[in-house]
Amino acid sequence: MFESPGISYATLWPVLLVLGVACAGVVVEAFAPRAARFNAQVSLASAGLVAALAGTVAVGAGSGLGSSTGEGALVIDGPGVFSQGLVLLVSLGGVALFAERRLDNGVSVFAGQAAALPGTPAERTASQRGLEHTEVYPLMMFAVGGMMLFCISGDLLMLFVALEVLSLPLYLLTGLARRRRLLSQEAALKYFLLGAFSSGIFLYGLALVYGFAGTMSLAEIGAAAENDGSSPLLLLGIGLMAVGLLFKTGAVPFHSWTPDVYQGAPTPVTAWMSAATKIAAFAAMLRLFYVAFGSEGDIWRPAIGVVAVLTMLLGASFAIVQTDVKRMLGYSAVAHTGFLLTGLLGAVRDDAFGSTQAVLFYLTAYGFATLGAFAIVSLLRGPNGEVGSLDRWAGLGRTNPWVAGAFAVFLLSMAGLPLTAGFIGKWGVFAAALSAGQWPVVGVAIVSSIIAIFFYVRMIMLMFFNDPSDDAATVVAPSYATTAVIAVSAFATVLLGVIPGPVLNLLMDAGGFIG
Amino acid sequence: MLSILVLIPFAGALITAVMPARPKLWAFGFALATLLVGIVTMFTAPDTDLAWMKPLGVHWALELDGFGKLMVLLTVVLVPLVMVAAVKDHDKRWYAWALALEAFGLLTFLAADLFVFYIAFEATLIPAYFMIGQHGGPKRAKAALKFLMFQLGGGLVLLGALIGFFVVSSEAGTPSYLISDLAQLDIGTTAQRWIFVAMFIAFAVKAPLFPVHTWLADTTEQATPATSVLLVCILDKIGTFGMIRLCLGLVPEASAWATPVVVVLALISIVYGAVLAIGQDDLLRLIGLTSLSHFGLITLGIFAATREGLVGSILYMVNHGVATAAMFLIAGFLISRKGTASISSMRGLEKATPVLAGTFLVAGLATAGLPGLSQFVSEIMVLISAFDYHWLIGVIAVTAIVLAAIYVLWAYQRIFTGPAESSPRPVKDLDRREVGVLVPLLVALLFFGFVPGPLISAASPVVEPLVNVIQAGE
Repeated sequence: MFESPGISYATLWPVLLVLGVACAGVVVEAFAPRAARFNAQVSLASAGLVAALAGTVAVGAGSGLGSSTGEGALVIDGPGVFSQGLVLLVSLGGVALFAERRLDNGVSVFAGQAAALPGTPAERTASQRGLEHTEVYPLMMFAVGGMMLFCISGDLLMLFVALEVLSLPLYLLTGLARRRRLLSQEAALKYFLLGAFSSGIFLYGLALVYGFAGTMSLAEIGAAAENDGSSPLLLLGIGLMAVGLLFKTGAVPFHSWTPDVYQGAPTPVTAWMSAATKIAAFAAMLRLFYVAFGSEGDIWRPAIGVVAVLTMLLGASFAIVQTDVKRMLGYSAVAHTGFLLTGLLGAVRDDAFGSTQAVLFYLTAYGFATLGAFAIVSLLRGPNGEVGSLDRWAGLGRTNPWVAGAFAVFLLSMAGLPLTAGFIGKWGVFAAALSAGQWPVVGVAIVSSIIAIFFYVRMIMLMFFNDPSDDAATVVAPSYATTAVIAVSAFATVLLGVIPGPVLNLLMDAGGFIG
Repeated sequence: MLSILVLIPFAGALITAVMPARPKLWAFGFALATLLVGIVTMFTAPDTDLAWMKPLGVHWALELDGFGKLMVLLTVVLVPLVMVAAVKDHDKRWYAWALALEAFGLLTFLAADLFVFYIAFEATLIPAYFMIGQHGGPKRAKAALKFLMFQLGGGLVLLGALIGFFVVSSEAGTPSYLISDLAQLDIGTTAQRWIFVAMFIAFAVKAPLFPVHTWLADTTEQATPATSVLLVCILDKIGTFGMIRLCLGLVPEASAWATPVVVVLALISIVYGAVLAIGQDDLLRLIGLTSLSHFGLITLGIFAATREGLVGSILYMVNHGVATAAMFLIAGFLISRKGTASISSMRGLEKATPVLAGTFLVAGLATAGLPGLSQFVSEIMVLISAFDYHWLIGVIAVTAIVLAAIYVLWAYQRIFTGPAESSPRPVKDLDRREVGVLVPLLVALLFFGFVPGPLISAASPVVEPLVNVIQAGE
């Protein structure tokens, strides 16, 4: 006898709304006249995100919190809903950046026609006709829906489905840059191939874990692992699933795609993706490791510790030698993954400040900083589009003090200086790890922070202490949407550094992950 | 009231940064307002204690004891003087940063919560970094980077100690960062030693102490003299301030454990700094290196941990601030006349600039510890405690006085005596503005040289409990 699972629409509608908006976007793309598409897509996407955000807040405040639905496949708990809200917030900024058309003579940063090969007459025709790729909005919405599901997946199958739903649109979006298309397409191919491998590995691990526990539910796997923790099937499964998630977050040694994709993707995509993917992936990773593999901590903590150490050191050291801003920020994102993994190692506490709270706060801080930083990268332009080369950023503090100042705020936050959100974030992950006795990892984290400070500060030095070079990049005045994204991110970065109390309290009240 | 003391210069920094007309005057006005409020707080200032980041156990807690009062007074007096002295060398950015630096500096001296202390400790670096990097010598960007890397490195190590305290504190119950709460914690020996090492590294970089002093000479050489005053005379005091308040105050047993090593490092700083200073040709670098020697003495006094030593060190911090500020400013005036800081390119200036020469000599002899000038009293107290600790340590430390006499008098001789050079452009003596800046400093040097009582009575009550704890531990 087969019974259909009950689904609590009261708690799931924000996710369904976002996915619905994505489908509606496809319909608009098919039927609306070309001239109307841009406005229709942008307003549809932003309205959908705002409504979903409001819904997520309502769910978080409502009675549905702490329940599971769909036969345990989806779990509505505090950390899950918090990270959903964060994904939505960042994605709202992402839509604003996607819709930027003032920087590049009235067209968006996306290729006019993806099917037209670079350098062919077809491409020229597309750009002469001023074609725009408005499919990016439904693609983005699918990814956002996938990320939201990823944050609240309560069983293995849902985890995998959500992973694919969020990943596939990202591969496509990476390859859609209007300028430097070959670079962009190469990055997309690299991202896709490596992503497909990692999905396969993840799926293999998932199958092994299922083989061990005989159930898909994370909570039941957790119970089974407590009874028989030393099963090779389980351990191998944990390892393979970890590889899949570490790939998504860009941890060493699965990081090699990060700088290339960050550099190759259209900058608004990089801005949004670097923040949102990391939030979703870490939310899922926390849940998987704490709920399903919580009793196996003695086994995975040392391994993740080694990965964290390598990730921090390599990310920070490689960032120093970069000459391109986007690549530098890409390696810095790798280093930040390492800091987040350090937080993952700590003690889990539902009632006091522990790993869950620390990692989620770090994600908040990093999300705003990276969104804002890449938004600024998109403003600096030369004759051939964006200017990534570091030496052409020299003297920006003289010519555009506000832009350089905001960028400095983001860099200082990433470097973890007090009075910025990054500092509280860094303090939190270090404190969580140290509470669990992980002092060697924290020691390495401090060393890599010092290394990382060097390239953040060097960038600030370049902007403020050097004279502008002859071929310095010019700052193009953006539309209000981009300006708002930068301003809000900078404001949030400082505010969360000075008054982190409300967000910390929210995280404390949110409780822990449930099965 | 104490919050206002911090907020005034901070607001001043923001206003100065955006004010289109006469920003320097605004900045000076805010510095004066801070001075006034600072003096008022000497007499009446209720402690502040508000919850700030509750989950982390952080309180916005400020309080002012005798030690804090001396440091606050030093800060609020020096900032407006420096602003007047340096009016020609800087634009409004520097003035805004100077006020921001003052705000965060005051916050470190007022903080009754370790987290607040740390935030202010690190936040001072941002204005300092921009002040070094935007004004000064040709290699200033490099010097600023070196400064920041050393300081932030130390700061991150201190963050380790901060987290260590959080872990211990939350294991004992509700986490709290109040220094008074932390002092009650029962910390295991190993943890205490690690925490001490982390804190001491941070403060040694800040202070600065051999072997983490190398940023000092480069920074003072490249930064403008006014920036150096704020850095060396105010900011670096946070290092020795932290040693007393946090190392001795929170982990006394570990401090006693580490004393032999610290004393050796301090002795090396004393002698090495003085010897390097003697050989310097760059006047600003020379003054920077003399501070290395002086900070060695202060550290020695702190870790000898007798009553005289601690009081002497606290006094030394104030007196060194005044005397070295005078030295830097006079050097600045001299350099603005000659266009170079190279001692070998100056000679025989005594005739043309008798006032400049006179003030240089007075301030210089004060740093060399001449009796009757303020530094003498503190130096004697520190040296007595050094002899108490071990006679050999005392003997080595005393060489500092001889070496100091050499570097001061030799520099004076090279710059001011001898035949005057036949310069096409005559060097003018100090004008009224410059004399006005120096007079309060020199008066303070003389006054506290003869009447050190007020300083001693301010510092003594702070020292008493520390000495008791340390002697109980031994």
